[in-house]
Amino acid sequence: MDLVCPAGSLPALKKAVDAGADCVYVGLKNATNARNFTGLNFTREQLLDGVAYAHRHRRQVLLALNTYPQARNWREWTDTIDLAAELEVDAVILADPGLMHYAVDRHPGLRLHLSVQGSATSFEAINLYQRYFGIRRAVLPRVLSLAQVQHVIDNTDVEIEVFGFGGLCVMVEGRCALSAFATGESPNCNGACSPGKHVRWEDTPQGMETRLNGVLIDRFGKDERAGYPTLCKGRFDVEGETYYALEEPTSLNTLDLLPELARMGVKAIKIEGRQRSPAYVAQVTRIWRAAIDRLQTRGDGFEVDPAWMAALNQVSEGQSHTLGAYYRPWK
Amino acid sequence: MPQTLKLALGPNQYYWPRQAMLDFYAGIVDSPVDIVYLGETVCARRHELRMDDWLEIGQVLAEAGKEVVISTLPLIESASDLKALRKLTEQAGFRIEANDMAAVNQLDRAGVEGWIAGPTLNVFNPHTLGWLQAMGARRWVAPPEMSRADLTALIAACEQPPEVEVMAYGRLPLAYSARCFTARHFNLQKDTCEFRCLQFADGIRLHTREGEPFLTLNGIQTQSAQVHNLLADLPGVAQAGVGVLRVLPQGEHTADILALFDDARRHKLDPQLAFEHSHAYMSDAPCNGFWHGRPGVEQYVVSSSIAA
Repeated sequence: MDLVCPAGSLPALKKAVDAGADCVYVGLKNATNARNFTGLNFTREQLLDGVAYAHRHRRQVLLALNTYPQARNWREWTDTIDLAAELEVDAVILADPGLMHYAVDRHPGLRLHLSVQGSATSFEAINLYQRYFGIRRAVLPRVLSLAQVQHVIDNTDVEIEVFGFGGLCVMVEGRCALSAFATGESPNCNGACSPGKHVRWEDTPQGMETRLNGVLIDRFGKDERAGYPTLCKGRFDVEGETYYALEEPTSLNTLDLLPELARMGVKAIKIEGRQRSPAYVAQVTRIWRAAIDRLQTRGDGFEVDPAWMAALNQVSEGQSHTLGAYYRPWK
Repeated sequence: MPQTLKLALGPNQYYWPRQAMLDFYAGIVDSPVDIVYLGETVCARRHELRMDDWLEIGQVLAEAGKEVVISTLPLIESASDLKALRKLTEQAGFRIEANDMAAVNQLDRAGVEGWIAGPTLNVFNPHTLGWLQAMGARRWVAPPEMSRADLTALIAACEQPPEVEVMAYGRLPLAYSARCFTARHFNLQKDTCEFRCLQFADGIRLHTREGEPFLTLNGIQTQSAQVHNLLADLPGVAQAGVGVLRVLPQGEHTADILALFDDARRHKLDPQLAFEHSHAYMSDAPCNGFWHGRPGVEQYVVSSSIAA
């Protein structure tokens, strides 16, 4: 089982490799990837350095190119595919079939992964991309139960990667325009959800208010820690009741499910968090490396170390975690 | 406007009681719509109408001269979802709107021609659209977030553009989740939701803590609170190369809205005036930001000189 870790910068990539990641995934400093945030991601030179560093340690670099280009900016995306091939990244993570066609046509040796942004939730969808573009791996959106993940694996030859830890997208990725609705910038096309330039924090007599392009996302009391105004994790009023109507601020953590995911034939575990610090990446990678190694040596005798859980909770959103959709009652 | 725009009734996103649904579609028989999309497009647990009911409604509408299309679910989770989808794509007898790549795979493998690429397929460029066309797609419904400028550029770059449809009226479908937010509102789980959606003909409005209407909860789907309304923008819609206007059903006054669109597309009523008339039939404020490349929530006003 591969451990796939996030790297929003060259220092984070090195930390991930040093801490035991099998693969790191990265993006360029533009809208071609779904974490297009200020101060994040790689220039061409940094990517060149990162690939060299990872390959020297026999680890892989996957380039996320998982937003949807339009007619007006098509070239920027295809140039990035050309760059990925030139710099010999180990795979590109794509969502757009038009780009997959381009990649297969121009760089037949380039390994293709289907991004979670492709919203493929069934073997039928995944097999379509395999038939036409020969994708080798698909990342599943965080919407399926364990039994549903198993059903996908049983019916496709494509390797399956699932999310193991990090921020929880409540909506099916690639099927969410909430950010675009509020700010005009979308995860699909601009690679940005609830982008920082639209965020306002205001200390008011009612408490700390967080706004996204003017929309009040949450208001915090004196004893509350004010979180980032991610649109789907705000408190809203529904029929006179104020609550987290979509989801609490919380992270996904499937450490408890690791043996089951391995048994099911999951090929890779993805850690979310390219927007997090190198220190975070190092810590989370180290814990998951230890867990996967322990699983491999102890098999059925695998137990989660309580210290791992405590450390992961420390870096989780709201210091809490959930099994998300893997756990049916969450739905 | 060279050709009269076609008018389509999009799939009903809400869960209405059986008789209400039957009455609603009976009323569509004599409406001015050219195309009717049927079928469940939000939640697999909704089945006041079964597939045979949809086909029966489709039959009546087809006999009345409407083009009938059966739409598929945009979120496929279970083996039974796939089974139901296969039954639809193989046996419906009507054209299919594919709202997930699983449906595209089935249509392609079965060699079906003339299907519709739905708005949730994430088609943003001519290359992806061309791929779907090569598999048999003959009409494409643009994603709601696509602007007029991007749509125009996309169509211009197509070797052979398909018929293009845009969302012209209704609360915008913005997101889909594994979680049911209506059930959550009632502290229920999706599996035991007690079909609470039946109580909300237009979904449940979500407001900010300042009382501003923001979103609409509709089961696993999240919509805008505002009603996307392109009536005033119709001249620009036609100029962009669009052939079909999609009006989404709403709890009340759908027929009145369709009549306004019909008058506006036939130049019997000035689009700006039609837009103003439509306020009487909207339960929420209008928005059209996406069409103008702005945040979707905005109502972007075009000056009348440009509109005309």
